[in-house]
Amino acid sequence: MDLLGLFDATLLGSLPRFATPILLAALGGLLCERAGVFNIGLEGLMLAGAFGAVVGSYFGGGALAGVGVAVLAGLALAALLALFAVTLRGNEIVIGIAINLLASGLTVYLLRSIFGVKGAFQDPAVVGLPIHRLPGVEALPFLGPLLSGHSSIVYLALAATAAIQLLLFRHVIGLRLRGVGEHAEAAMTLGVGVDRLRYGAILASGALCGLAGAQLSLGNVTLFVENMSAGRGWIAVVAVMFGRAHPLGVLGACLLFGFTESLGFRLQGLMLPSQLTESLPYMVTLASLFVFRARASRG
Amino acid sequence: MAAGLAAPAFELEGITKRFGAVIANDAVDLRVAAGEIRGLVGENGAGKTTLMGVLYGMHRPDGGTIRVAGRTRRFDSPLDAIRAGLGMVHQHFMLFDSLTVAENVVFGSEPARGGVFDLAAARRRVARLAERYGLEVDPDSRVGRLPVGVRQRVEILKALYRRAEILILDEPTAVLTPGEQSALFEVLRRLAAEGAAVVFISHKLREVLELCHRATVLRGGRVTGTVETARTTADELSRLMVGKKVVAPQVPVHELGATVLGVESLEVRGRHGRSALHGLDLTVRSGEIVGVAGVAGNGQSELAEAVAGLRPPAAGRVLIGGADLTHAPIALRRRAGLAYVPEDRDGTGLAVAASVAENLLMGFEGEPRLAPRGVLDAEAIDARARGVVERYAIQVSHVRDPAATLSGGNRQKLVVGRELLRDARLLVVEQPTRGVDLSSIEVIHRALGDFSAAGGAVLLISSELNELMTLADRIVVMYGGRLVGELERDNASEERLGLLMAGAA
Repeated sequence: MDLLGLFDATLLGSLPRFATPILLAALGGLLCERAGVFNIGLEGLMLAGAFGAVVGSYFGGGALAGVGVAVLAGLALAALLALFAVTLRGNEIVIGIAINLLASGLTVYLLRSIFGVKGAFQDPAVVGLPIHRLPGVEALPFLGPLLSGHSSIVYLALAATAAIQLLLFRHVIGLRLRGVGEHAEAAMTLGVGVDRLRYGAILASGALCGLAGAQLSLGNVTLFVENMSAGRGWIAVVAVMFGRAHPLGVLGACLLFGFTESLGFRLQGLMLPSQLTESLPYMVTLASLFVFRARASRG
Repeated sequence: MAAGLAAPAFELEGITKRFGAVIANDAVDLRVAAGEIRGLVGENGAGKTTLMGVLYGMHRPDGGTIRVAGRTRRFDSPLDAIRAGLGMVHQHFMLFDSLTVAENVVFGSEPARGGVFDLAAARRRVARLAERYGLEVDPDSRVGRLPVGVRQRVEILKALYRRAEILILDEPTAVLTPGEQSALFEVLRRLAAEGAAVVFISHKLREVLELCHRATVLRGGRVTGTVETARTTADELSRLMVGKKVVAPQVPVHELGATVLGVESLEVRGRHGRSALHGLDLTVRSGEIVGVAGVAGNGQSELAEAVAGLRPPAAGRVLIGGADLTHAPIALRRRAGLAYVPEDRDGTGLAVAASVAENLLMGFEGEPRLAPRGVLDAEAIDARARGVVERYAIQVSHVRDPAATLSGGNRQKLVVGRELLRDARLLVVEQPTRGVDLSSIEVIHRALGDFSAAGGAVLLISSELNELMTLADRIVVMYGGRLVGELERDNASEERLGLLMAGAA
């Protein structure tokens, strides 16, 4: 078998699609991390977004409405998380788990009560995200399939990475966010509104996870499946750690996870058992956690 | 002195503050003039920090008025106080380690253009401010990499950047070397000369006498006196603080016995993987107190942790009572006669959420007397705890109260008391009196003296040179993970130790 042959248009083209949901969720997690909130509700927020996208697209008559409802769904759940974690000062871990369970149960319930189906919902009325072909770039070898032919959310995720990089390190809000995450009490004594910044970070993570969900259910496929986030929110949590809450580091981590997912996808075409290929991203996540631990204890 | 004539920068009148049933401040008056440096002294729990917390908007007083520059004020938060011209340098610095000096100083009131942080302007302003007040700092350094003395300058700059005219410093010299301390005093004198009012909270009476124009003494939440420092002595101040004369324990020179602790060519890696100890040799003999001086971060903690078994050495040997315990588990070291009072009292020394009795039980839970057949005997445990509480005069209403309800001095006596319950022959003790009030210091010092008089060996790591010079038979100085000097008690002076600690000798 020619190993290089694996790197064909299928693999390269699927990499951004697979990396984008993880990246968007991880960017949200990164903002929370910087604000001193450990957000493990990314999985639930993403799932709510995926469901909201299908609902919006079906009833709103288009992908744009789908994206809008996805963002709203993410925001609504994130507002709940912020209320309990920031205003009521609950335990972030417990609340994050509750958010994940709530999203999982609620989407299954609504799937049944709104669409009257179990397991999955697929309908011609659900409009997926349009694909953008970049003229000129499209024809290039390697870069063509990698960069061209994706939904706007894929490009938006890249723009968001750059925007968050600038926000964190060039903007006053970023400076305050970093300070709040490191030493909230010190920020408070200087009159910086800790709770407001934390709300902002959590709500932003809700919107970003909503977009991530929309990419899952309207970009990569055009349907909703129960628990279709399938651990990507958890992988995003790991990506935040692995990338040390730094936008470029997180981007790198997400590309790695996206790559293993698309590699697993690609290997399926080679008669390897799907149980093996589908577990690849999770095994790499596990491995990277070990690397992270090793680095953290040395650093 | 002009200070007495100047208008008051702030006045506290009849300030009363209660926490539940406890009266922390009882009708306290304090009036400090612009240009004055005022010492605020008193034991732990005397109400100094509470009083300054009231002034700085951290506590709402139950009674009394605050006037700043003649105007009556009500502070709901530190932010209100900052706006009224107050600045505070907290005992535990309120700094962001990962940010630069300039970023730390302007944080919360940043120069910006359309929301975009103007780093160049921040650096310029901080540099100008630093130059004007003689506070030497590099605006671009990351605060986490700076020595403690420089971090303190950053705290002062933060206050000055916010145009503070009243500066409160809570135990500012506790963490400084003698050189850093005199640099701080220079800065404070300069600020006062420019018209600032400075409140200097301290335990160290000699420093108060050296720096302050006047000193106000608090005891049990009340003012027991305000004295001109030029016309008083440390003895008089401590009498006002404690209500009786404090006698410094005279530790006699002991008969030295066999070597109890032997440290041979010890190499230890520090927290960041860097080498923290480079081939250290040290012995402590029976009946001997060996003091270890050094600026924080020169390997003292790593030495203590390597002996206590908390940090595995990379090379070299640790012998207790002649047995090689370099890589032995902690339980084995304990059995060999090790007692350990760690630097981090609340994190390592105690479980603050657990009760006093439970804290005293830790490490002894296997004793048949306290836990026959493994079942804890609450009566026996409490009775034993009451004994310790009495012996060390630990102030607690009930031995089942959580350790968190105790003041710093009482917590430290609790740790020392527990460690000395064992039949130990080696006591490793780090910063035994940091943030501890005078009467507790007396108790702790006596306990250390008694332990060594009974033939125990003590390795005493302290940043209080006074403490080392009173207690230790000899003092070794650590710098950069090495022993750079050794002085007998009679030859030790603050100047000589300070030079060695700075790595200058």
